[in-house]
Formats: sequence, C-alpha cells, structure tokens
Amino acid sequence: MMDFITKLLAATIAMGTSLTFATIGEIYTEKTGVLNLGMEGTMLMGALTAFASTLASGSLYVGLVVAMLTGGMLSLIHAFLCVTMRANQVVSGLAITMFGTGLANFLGQRLGPVSNNYNLVGMNLPKKFDNIAIPLLKDIPVLGAFFDVSILTYLLYLIIPFAWFFMYKTKHGLAIRAVGESPKTAAAMGLSVSRLRYLYTIIGGMFAGLGGACLSLSFTPSWNDGMTGGKGWIVIALVIFATWNPGKAVIGTLVFGGITSLQFSLQAAGIKMVIPTQFLAFAPYLITFFTLSVMTILNQNRKGAFASPSALGSSFAIDDK
Amino acid sequence: MRVVVEKRDTRSKRMAILIPLVSFIVSLMLGAIVLIASKSNPLQAYGAMLNGAFGNARRFQYTIVESLPLLMCGLGVGIAFRLKFWNIGAEGQYVWGAIGITWVMQFWRFLPVPMLLPVGLAVGMTLGALWAGVPGFLKAQWSVDETLTTLMLNYVAIGLAEYLYINKWKAPLGNMGTPEFPREAWLPQIWGKVHAGIFIALALVVLLWFLLYKTRWGFELNMIGKNPKAARYQGVSIKRNIVLAMILSGAICGLSGSVNTAAIAHRLTKGVNAGYGFTGIIIAWMSGLNPFASILVAVVMAALTTGADALQIAMKLPESMGEVLQGLVLIPLLAGSIFVEHKLKFIKKEAA
Repeated sequence: MMDFITKLLAATIAMGTSLTFATIGEIYTEKTGVLNLGMEGTMLMGALTAFASTLASGSLYVGLVVAMLTGGMLSLIHAFLCVTMRANQVVSGLAITMFGTGLANFLGQRLGPVSNNYNLVGMNLPKKFDNIAIPLLKDIPVLGAFFDVSILTYLLYLIIPFAWFFMYKTKHGLAIRAVGESPKTAAAMGLSVSRLRYLYTIIGGMFAGLGGACLSLSFTPSWNDGMTGGKGWIVIALVIFATWNPGKAVIGTLVFGGITSLQFSLQAAGIKMVIPTQFLAFAPYLITFFTLSVMTILNQNRKGAFASPSALGSSFAIDDK
Repeated sequence: MRVVVEKRDTRSKRMAILIPLVSFIVSLMLGAIVLIASKSNPLQAYGAMLNGAFGNARRFQYTIVESLPLLMCGLGVGIAFRLKFWNIGAEGQYVWGAIGITWVMQFWRFLPVPMLLPVGLAVGMTLGALWAGVPGFLKAQWSVDETLTTLMLNYVAIGLAEYLYINKWKAPLGNMGTPEFPREAWLPQIWGKVHAGIFIALALVVLLWFLLYKTRWGFELNMIGKNPKAARYQGVSIKRNIVLAMILSGAICGLSGSVNTAAIAHRLTKGVNAGYGFTGIIIAWMSGLNPFASILVAVVMAALTTGADALQIAMKLPESMGEVLQGLVLIPLLAGSIFVEHKLKFIKKEAA
C-alpha cells in the first residue's frame, strides 16, 4: 500500500510539473484581465517544437528555449488580437488552440528526419530529463517522491514561491492585479494597461510552451499527435481551482494530477475499480465547476474575497465609455 | 503624424462585408506560406481542396453533411451571445443530445418504432436545454462566470458519454459503442449522403431569424446585449431572459447532437465529441450572429475540413492542414473586427 501511494505520488508529480508550469503562466495572464483559451494549442506547439529541436540539436536545453519562444510567439498573436485589436478573447483563444493544434500535428509529419519519412512519430530522443535523486531526502517514506524528480520539477519548486511572492508582495505584482481588477483605475494611476497585458500574455504563453516541453522531453519523451490530450483545458480549470493564486496552483495540480494518475495506477496494479475510469477523467472538471459556483455564491456579499479578476475577458480602451 | 482608433457612431456596413473578404484572402496567403514551407505548390493544394470540397456531387454532399452540425451549433450559441452570454458549452450540450436520442432508441422500446425518432430528438433537445440551463441559472442568480462553467461542463458530458458507450450501454457484441438504432428510426437520407437534418437546420434558420428580428422577445434580447441598463429601465427581466436564452441555446445544440447521431453514426460511439460545438462558437461569431449568414460561414468552415481530407489523399499532406487553415481564417478576421465599430483617425502632429 505504502509502495502504491509513493508510486502514485511520483506519477502525480511527473505529470503535475507540466500542468503547474502552464497554470502559473495562465494565472499571470488572467490576472492582467486576459483570458487565454489558447493553452491547449500553445502547450501542444511547445511539446512539438521542444521535441523537434532537441532531436535536431541534441540538446534538451535548446528544446526548452525553443518551446518557450514558440509559446511566447503564439501568445503574442493572442495579445495583439485581444489588446491592440480589442478582439473577442474567447474566440481568439479558440482560434489559437485550433491553429496551434493543427499546426503542431501538421509539423509533426514534416519536421522529422528523411529516414522516417519526415515523421516525428516513432522517433526517440537520445536522452531525456531524467530524475535526479537527492540523497537522504529521497529515503523519507512517501514524501521522498518529491526529491526524486527531474530538474524541471526542481526548477518548479523555486518558481512557485517566487511567483506567489512576485504577485502579492511586490509593487509590480500590485500593478498586475490592478490592471486585471480595474483597468480604468490602473490607467489613471499611470500604469500602461496594454503593456502589462502584452507582457504577461506572452510570459503566460512561454510557461505554457515550457509545460508542453515537460511532456515531450520528460514525462513521455516522444511526439504523438495531440499528445497534450486536453491538458490545456485542465489548466484553465486549475487556474480557477487555485483561485488565481500561484501559491495554491500546486494544491490543484496535486489533486487533479493525482486523480488522473490514479486511473493509470489502478489499471496497472490490476485493481478492480469501484469508480469507472471515465468518472475519474471528468472529476477535475466537475470539482472545478462546483468550486467556482460555490465560491461565487458564498462571496456574494464579500467583494474581493473571491479572487477572480473583475476585468477578466473584457478589452480595455481609454476612449471606451 | 499620429494614428488613433476612434469609435464610429454607427456600425459600418461596408466594413462588415469588406473585412471578411480581405481576411479570407489574407488567410489564404498565410496558408500559402505554410504550404510553400512544406514544399507544396499552394495553388495546386488549394485547387485540390476546392475540388475535394465541391468537386462532384458526392463531395459536395459530404461538405453539406459536415456543415449541418456546425450551422446548428452556431445558431444555438448565437442566441446566448446576443446577451453577451458566452456559452462555450455547446460541445457538451451537443453530446447530451446524442446521449438523449441513444437513451430513447435503446431503452424506450415500449414506444412504437415510428415514434422513436421524434421522441428521441425531443429528449435530446431537452437534455441539452437542461445542461445549458444550469450555468444560465447560476449566472442569472449569482453571476457565476458562464464562460468557465460552460467550458467545465463540456468535459463532464464527454466523460459521461464515454462511460455510457464503453461500459454501461455498450453493445454485447462488436467494439466500442451502443447497439445500432433500428433502421426504421434513422433520419432518412434525401440526396445521396445529405440527410433530412438539412430541413431541420434550414427551418431553424428561418425560425430564429423571425424570433430574433421580428418579435418582441428578440428585441428584448438585443437590448439586454447592447444596453442592459436601458433594458432594465424598460422593465425587461434580465435574469429571466438569460435563463430562457440559455435553455433555447442548449436545446438547439442538443438537437444538433441528436440529429447528427440519428443520421450518421446511428449509435453513441467514439467521435461523438467531434468539436462541432467549439467550431459552432466560431461560426456564430463569424456570422455576426445573423442566422442567414451562418449558413455561408458553416459551409466555408465545413469545406475547409472536407477539402483537407482530399488534400491528404491528393497531395499526401497531413489532414491537420484543415485545422491550420480554420485557425488562419480566424486570425485576420479577429484582427479586422475592430474596424466595424472603430475607425482609424490620422492626426497631424501639432503643438500641444
């Protein structure tokens, strides 16, 4: 049993790393008032470009950088459409997901080596981000799983507290929150709403690209059509579940990642399931639905207690009445 | 010289027509870049797509069949969008429509066979309406964010459908999926592959056009969307209308799922969540919420899909090219949409 839980935790952390990177990115984007539903397409493009460029260059770090640049570029399109051209954020996000998913699957059959008929499917990386165990710490029962992870996850351990501190304890973080809460007031305070929205939409996309890279370079080191398999949508759910707080993102990923990993672990262990696997598959979404509804209802009379950015999804222009 | 964006006094009709045209040309050029980069002749590729989508009667029929669920979902979400209510749950409501009709076909066998189809469509519609009504009510009563709730509910519906066709309702023989509906209860084909669903879809277009442009309720919905304050002063109940619009919206998306299931798969199986609901959102937006314009937009988007299938066969290009092009059509269109309600103003530099 102990062994089962440790294995489950290890699988959860491995999968959760990808989710957490993208979630932190999307939290920052949404905090400035921009909803980016392009996560699924951006993560998939990140996974693809990371894999293709690692294969070509032989360096995993080149893969990471390329994935971040790709994610940043896709989100730049979203920022341009939503901020400069004041386009509808929902439609723009869906367009990015459509375009990104299509392009990634398209390029997956184009960027491979000649010997494999230009296909990336079926190719193997010479190396991947392997787990690095920290002596002593890794021997702690169950929790030791946290100290036998890839370098990407260790990086995340540093980023989570930093992302929380930056958002809530710095002047710049205050500016981000102001822009998402009340762009008009923020603009009156002398902040550039457009600049902040551009910046954090792009950074959010870079994190999503990184999240995708975690999948194709570490979690399942390979390329497959649509390999994100809806993780981009789980990210949207996780942002809500974390109540837009980067510090809480990790709780959500552990719960959601745990539920997803549980499906596979139970199957692998040959345990007959009481709950059908499909129920576990949609549980994160149902939980998020209830969380969002209950939180909103409970906070009817306490404005500000519920952390959803008020200006989320709406464009802003000074001349708007 | 400085350029500023200024709000127009009225929507520009000329721009509303010009922008989609220019956008479409721009997107074809962007697509050409992708094609050239993958060492294909873009003219040849577009020719193959056009031929694949409309080349002969059979291909034209496929394109029409593919456009019907897009059109219906587009019409459905369009109603909610009039209120600025972002129903992105069309996918889930569509899936409930498919579940509903399967439930009737499989378990309501006490009904005479000719009754199965109409009852099935009605049940599918009702389930879609209920599934949409919940976020509608939550929004109206407690302003729970509808974009996020409807999105989350999609995946619950998809998961439930999977559970049903993989486990609970699975046919004893054969692979994944429920047993086939009785042949007499299928939605009949009327012209090659084109099924009777086309009548339902076109009837909906006319009905909704009438409802939205010619009735008092349509007028109220428009007013709430454009100016909720004014609507409230006029004594229009916003809460009631949000719930009603959502129920109607979900009913149409649900009907779309029932129709497609009764006409094509004839059972609940893999592929029930083909993304029609998501593309429907784009159809609604692209058509400017006009039911008649939706027909054209749905056919174009469907042609990109069926054309891309042909592209794969004719030129050995991945079929995901269709999705790339669908995305590429949207990006310039989204960028241009600002000029319908805004204009550029060039100001000569002057001393302040």
